[in-house]
Amino acid sequence: MDFPKRAPKFFSRARFLFVLLGCLFLSACRQAEPRADLTILNGGEPESLDPAVIVAQVDMRIIQGLFEGLTRFDPKTARAIPGLAERWDISPDGKTYTFHLRTNLVWSTGGPITADDVVYSWIRTLDPATASDYSSQLYYVKNGEAFNNGAVKDPSQVGVRALDRFTVEVELNHPTSFFLDICAMPLTYVVPRQAIEKYGDRWLMVKPLPVSGPYELVYWRLNDKVRLKKNSRYWDAANTQSDIIDLLPVGAADAALNLYETGQADIVWDAQLVPSELLDVLLKRPDFHTFNYLGTYFIRFNVTKKPLDDVRVRKAFALAIDKARLVKKITKGGERPASHLVPDGVANYHPPEGLGYDPVQARQLLAEAGYPGGNGFPHVEYLFNAPAGGIKIHENVAIELQQMWHDELGVQIDLRQVEAKNFWGMQSRGEYQISRSSWIGDYNDANTFLGMFTSNDGNNRTGWKRPAYDELIQRANEQTDVNERDQIFQKAETMLVREDPPIVPLYFYSGINYFDTNRISGIYPNILDMHPLQAIRKVGRGTRGGAAESRSSNQSRMTTLDPRPSTLDH
Amino acid sequence: MYFVRRILFAVPLLLVISLLAFMLVKAMPGGPFDRERAHASPEVERNLRAAYHLDEPGWKQYLRYLGLLWERSPDGSLHHVSGGLLNGDFGKSTKYRNHTVNDIIAQGLPVSLLLGAVAFGFAMGLGLPIGFWTAAKRGRWEDYIGSFFTILVVCIPAFVIAPMLILGFALKWRLLPVGLWETPWHVILPSAGLGMMFVGKIARIFREGMLQAAQSEFVTAARAKGLSEYALLLRHAVRIGVLPVVSYAGPMLADLLTGSFVIESIFQIPGIGVFLVNSSLNLDAPLIVGLALLYAMLLIVLNLAVDFAYTLLDPRVKYE
Repeated sequence: MDFPKRAPKFFSRARFLFVLLGCLFLSACRQAEPRADLTILNGGEPESLDPAVIVAQVDMRIIQGLFEGLTRFDPKTARAIPGLAERWDISPDGKTYTFHLRTNLVWSTGGPITADDVVYSWIRTLDPATASDYSSQLYYVKNGEAFNNGAVKDPSQVGVRALDRFTVEVELNHPTSFFLDICAMPLTYVVPRQAIEKYGDRWLMVKPLPVSGPYELVYWRLNDKVRLKKNSRYWDAANTQSDIIDLLPVGAADAALNLYETGQADIVWDAQLVPSELLDVLLKRPDFHTFNYLGTYFIRFNVTKKPLDDVRVRKAFALAIDKARLVKKITKGGERPASHLVPDGVANYHPPEGLGYDPVQARQLLAEAGYPGGNGFPHVEYLFNAPAGGIKIHENVAIELQQMWHDELGVQIDLRQVEAKNFWGMQSRGEYQISRSSWIGDYNDANTFLGMFTSNDGNNRTGWKRPAYDELIQRANEQTDVNERDQIFQKAETMLVREDPPIVPLYFYSGINYFDTNRISGIYPNILDMHPLQAIRKVGRGTRGGAAESRSSNQSRMTTLDPRPSTLDH
Repeated sequence: MYFVRRILFAVPLLLVISLLAFMLVKAMPGGPFDRERAHASPEVERNLRAAYHLDEPGWKQYLRYLGLLWERSPDGSLHHVSGGLLNGDFGKSTKYRNHTVNDIIAQGLPVSLLLGAVAFGFAMGLGLPIGFWTAAKRGRWEDYIGSFFTILVVCIPAFVIAPMLILGFALKWRLLPVGLWETPWHVILPSAGLGMMFVGKIARIFREGMLQAAQSEFVTAARAKGLSEYALLLRHAVRIGVLPVVSYAGPMLADLLTGSFVIESIFQIPGIGVFLVNSSLNLDAPLIVGLALLYAMLLIVLNLAVDFAYTLLDPRVKYE
């Protein structure tokens, strides 16, 4: 083997390979593209961008930029304000809404948006073939439920119709005080009929995608980013604040914080994207914002199974929980202990006080139920789901509850963790005794929480059926007087969290997002955590990021050093 | 002939793998559409399941997945159901409802391939010299230092190495980006993080291989000729000593090319590694089976390549 002679051949081959690799390298790396005016880390990858089928908040945050409904959410208060509809009339009995569309509505690809498009979009959501999980929000519309479950086949029977090109009339089953909020929810957004009928499931991949909202979809790369561009044909385009917005589906909290700290992201708006180990430090910084959020963490009892069929046992379990300790020791993100299900701050409602922390009474109730000091208490299991990310909140809460029930009541509970998909299936089939639960309100009204514990609601999942409760909820929803309605709902919730509880609320969620208020305007804390994209923009020039910074150049990144991250190095 | 037979054998092997993966997913408790929020109505759930043919018996779903299903049309004639694996269609994802599995692989695979290839180059480029060096200096302090380093990097998992790399190179010295996937600069840290463990493994394996080869008779004969120790190892022992590395490199490359959940999430890289884990959590059957098949295919091809490399490197190896 004569190495020196073969060397030139070897090296020419190596050079060829090297060039080949280089080419692969360059082609696989991304083409240079204009930097976005705004980069937002959005939580997980959207499951879909179809307004009718989405369920998750990460999807919703993008979709409200692409499509719009008759109303839209006010960036400050998250209440409904005129959207595609310029104004509306409500009949004296509160059951008929007549929406007057703006006359200058155009799809992003041209062509007018008319009342027929609105009707098409609503019917599409209700069509059982669309399989929309949110379609129940349109059950307030006459025949909406019947059409959705197949009892009524003719869409013209549904109470939404176009009176003329610019007028939509909606007929409701009974007065629904939060109906305008529903008209701002994605399931009612106006979607392009032609594209959907032509491309079916793949209509969102059409380029250009016709949209009705303030932004067009430039591209949607899975697990990479969604890029939006200002829709200049949107009726309110003059007030759209940013031209290009990138939304990145970041799943790992550490990655999110790293990107933010190095100026690659302007806004991080998911509480999951705050590293839990650093919560104490981070929440003290001025660019980390916590706010009350319309969500509750609670536990469900399966009231059909012994020993939790006994209301005294359930009350005893509730009274033995020190909720203040849970939020202080485990969640640590500004959550508030909850004694009632509906979070404080919901519009037009004053929740009643539920069961607090009272171990003496708890022990007494358990003794009355036949288990003094926990003696003879049967085997009971607490079911919870494995974490989706790295945060083990559910497990830690479970361990803490197990300890509290053991210390206060003398009962030994077993903990059982199962994978999320299995968990939801088991919970819905009632294959549990105690189960961790949570609920995020869909709209700013008590009904989004209280309605789900009516006897036949699919989200009840406790086996708790109380006709008196059902009647109260129905009466409240038919009530047009705000104060009366408040009173009736209070009576219902008192049953739910005090008198005959199938659940124990543990704490109210708090939202966390982080961005520099000196550099970003247009995000306001509100209970729904709704932040319409068109209102957000970068202002002034700060120390971090900045439009002048080019992502591809290391040099410029080095010059935009921010002293703040040093607090994290320790 | 041998290689042709091997390739032909891969087809039934892949079918068996797809069947096993399919059955395992179906055996898992829970369904892809179980979630916190109840379906709006039973009718909605029925339609959703029907859209993904989850209402059919398992064998029919599998045949449909393969593309070997014939159905009766309303007029009574049999027609072939379009799509299916045999037509190169991996089906629709049940989680990402606007995407097909083909979309997901087409978007993520090039990224994971590049990341894996660079990590492979990193592992080889650093592992082989270290392995050679520690073998040449066996029993001396250089060997101990090199071996300590290799064992250290083998023992530290990627989820520790990667944040350390980020902390140093990206946050403290600001030399490289902390994440994302845009320029060649963005490839360096994740590839190093991904390849680091394999640097140690390759070095260890190469060292052992070299030491083994150094004891064989032809090396002793060469040594008797009076060759220096370096020349001995470089000219004669290398061809045999590298064989264990080659055997190991095939499966390792398959591992690297299919992406890494840990590295891709830490660096926010749009590869397919994240889907390998998430698809199982989401019970996304088409995606799970599709990715399992992709991995199996890579493994088969690379093992074949390993065997082929053997014939080139070791004249004693012949396949009939």
